[in-house]
Amino acid sequence: MMSPGSGISLDPWFDNYAERASGLTASEVRALFAVASRPEVVSLAGGMPFVSALSFDKVSASAQRVLTHHGASALQYGSGQGLPRLRERILDIMALEGIRASVDDIVVTTGSQQGLDLVAKLFINPGDAIIAESPSYVGAMGVFRSYQGSVEHVAMDEWGMIPHALVERIASLREAGTPIKFLYLIPNFQNPAGVTLSANRRLEILDIAKDNGILIIEDNPYGLLWFDEPPPHAIRSADDTGVIYLGSFSKTFAPGLRVGWVVAPHGIREKLVLASETAILSPSSFAQMIVADYLENNDWKGQIDIFRGIYQERRDAMNIALATHLPTIAHTSPTGGFYMWLTLPKGLDSKEMLPRAITELVAYTPGTAFFANGDGRANLRLSFCYPTPEFIEEGIKRLARVITEEIELLETFGPSTSAAPLARTLDAPPPEVN
Amino acid sequence: MADGLSAHGLSVAIRDPDASLLAYLGSEKPDVVWPVLHGASGEDGALRDLLDMLGVSYVGSTADGTRLAWNKPVAKTLVNRSGVATPASITLSRDAFRELGAESVLSTVAESLGLPLVVKPAFGGSAQGVSWVHSTDELRGAMVHAFTYADSALVERQVLGVEVCVTIIDTGDGPRAIQAVEIEPLSGRYDFEARYTAGATRFYTPPRLGETVQATVHDHAVLAFHALGLRHLARIDFIVDSAGVPWFLEASTMPGLTETSSTVLALDAAGYEVGGVYSALVNSALASSAKS
Repeated sequence: MMSPGSGISLDPWFDNYAERASGLTASEVRALFAVASRPEVVSLAGGMPFVSALSFDKVSASAQRVLTHHGASALQYGSGQGLPRLRERILDIMALEGIRASVDDIVVTTGSQQGLDLVAKLFINPGDAIIAESPSYVGAMGVFRSYQGSVEHVAMDEWGMIPHALVERIASLREAGTPIKFLYLIPNFQNPAGVTLSANRRLEILDIAKDNGILIIEDNPYGLLWFDEPPPHAIRSADDTGVIYLGSFSKTFAPGLRVGWVVAPHGIREKLVLASETAILSPSSFAQMIVADYLENNDWKGQIDIFRGIYQERRDAMNIALATHLPTIAHTSPTGGFYMWLTLPKGLDSKEMLPRAITELVAYTPGTAFFANGDGRANLRLSFCYPTPEFIEEGIKRLARVITEEIELLETFGPSTSAAPLARTLDAPPPEVN
Repeated sequence: MADGLSAHGLSVAIRDPDASLLAYLGSEKPDVVWPVLHGASGEDGALRDLLDMLGVSYVGSTADGTRLAWNKPVAKTLVNRSGVATPASITLSRDAFRELGAESVLSTVAESLGLPLVVKPAFGGSAQGVSWVHSTDELRGAMVHAFTYADSALVERQVLGVEVCVTIIDTGDGPRAIQAVEIEPLSGRYDFEARYTAGATRFYTPPRLGETVQATVHDHAVLAFHALGLRHLARIDFIVDSAGVPWFLEASTMPGLTETSSTVLALDAAGYEVGGVYSALVNSALASSAKS
């Protein structure tokens, strides 16, 4: 700790970190989220699935059967590609979204977040461009940033990414000589905007990507959590050569098991397996076996129906609460998933407003978390997946008070004239925040 | 801290400050409570007032002392009256801007105090809501930022110099300054990131100041401790300018006591066994309650 003449450093290795670790610093916004889990705070910030809706008896029975009948292999290393038995069940799940694949095409990962990390590790060189929706998933942008990739946003509207804006962005990046490594999309009930990419645009964007030789990463954790009607088929259902598909059990079953998967074209899949073995040797055999057993012995589609009903009720509660307490605020109205995206009155800043919100005992995620370019101050993301309808109503009521206070402040000082600084860290809640 | 106390034979129970806390204190009747809660209720005097009402002894300053230190403008006034310099400043409420017009208030403040400035919420810690202002244009945003944390903000002329903090310990034989610690944030600003990212700040014990200046800093820290009516333990923060004048910034009645905090660095550097100091403070709290 002590180095003569250079003082005391609480991290004597501080100067040794790689450049890609430069964003891993303490953040004032993250500190505010530390209080969001306190019971008196209504948290509309995190994205924790409502796992209490699961039958713990059934999960417990699966764990028991796995230990009783397959204990030695469940507690042993497994295949780097994942358990064949589970990969077969994953085919059943993906068939619901129109995907036809083979067991060999699937790589099981430790949550789809590891899938993202592996894809980024395989493809991104420092300075490469990754095209993503505007806004995009903070967890993906964090991964891309950690490999020193540059996220380039493309505008969305209510039908998802706008194809001609994508064409323009590709052209401008090419003109600047920036290599484009892939196009990252969350087509269903997008995080954070709650928007679903229309069927026509899926095909249009696929064509644009093919024409330009750009790989698509299709991240689909929410696709089965639709409310009124299923979303269009997955992009991967229309192309098995230029799309890497990421799936997850975190939203439809239990995130605590950390089981996800990647479906990739043959050449990429081989490298994914090697990269995964390098990183973790093998995904958890025990967790994979529990998931497989659960799927084989329970009405998992019925369980997803239960989740859909709960989330739909909460989405409705949020819509009603917003209409009642914040009638002039523009927001998306998702037809599935977890999130709503709000646009604040002109001049308000969601990041600046967060301390006041925490003081008023309501938490949300500032829009800045979902942009790599400093945008998003006019927006915020609300999650309706975890709090009950009563808490959602109370949370929106509190948020309305916060916004009223902020409008008063804005009227006193006028809109900001100085540009907001770019955040070095992403302003998102940690995963354990509800 | 709990480890240090346990190592000295004390039985320690750690409790979160939630709705069950007061009932717990009423039923378990601990000999001493050591409030380590940061922020409002922990540092605004409320918790200590409640402990007094319950007749529970506690380590640290009384509710009154804590309240005075928590309010930065009040603390500056009191410490300044005891002969310690503090940067020129003005305290402004949101209402002042609303009633007098933001533009005229902002330009008056910038012209009168001069630049650079530091804007802080009138209450709070950890540099949350703090901005460093180098132009009149930045002042507006800095005020808005501070007002999201408190309805009143302190605008202070920034004194350039060496940032030091001094831990004061009083275990019954009068307050004494422990070795001052110089703080050198690598970014140049001791903001939230510099405070809580291990390695982003370098600490020097002793500070790179002459012995005379160090002695003055220690003396002024004790003066501030007295001026605010503090008890047992506090950390007093200063900037020492190029002429060797220490300028009081603020006092913390609940300095951080993790292994990475400046108070622990100071105790280590001064050769104290940290658990022994904590144990002595607990005994001091017991003695305080016996006297009252």
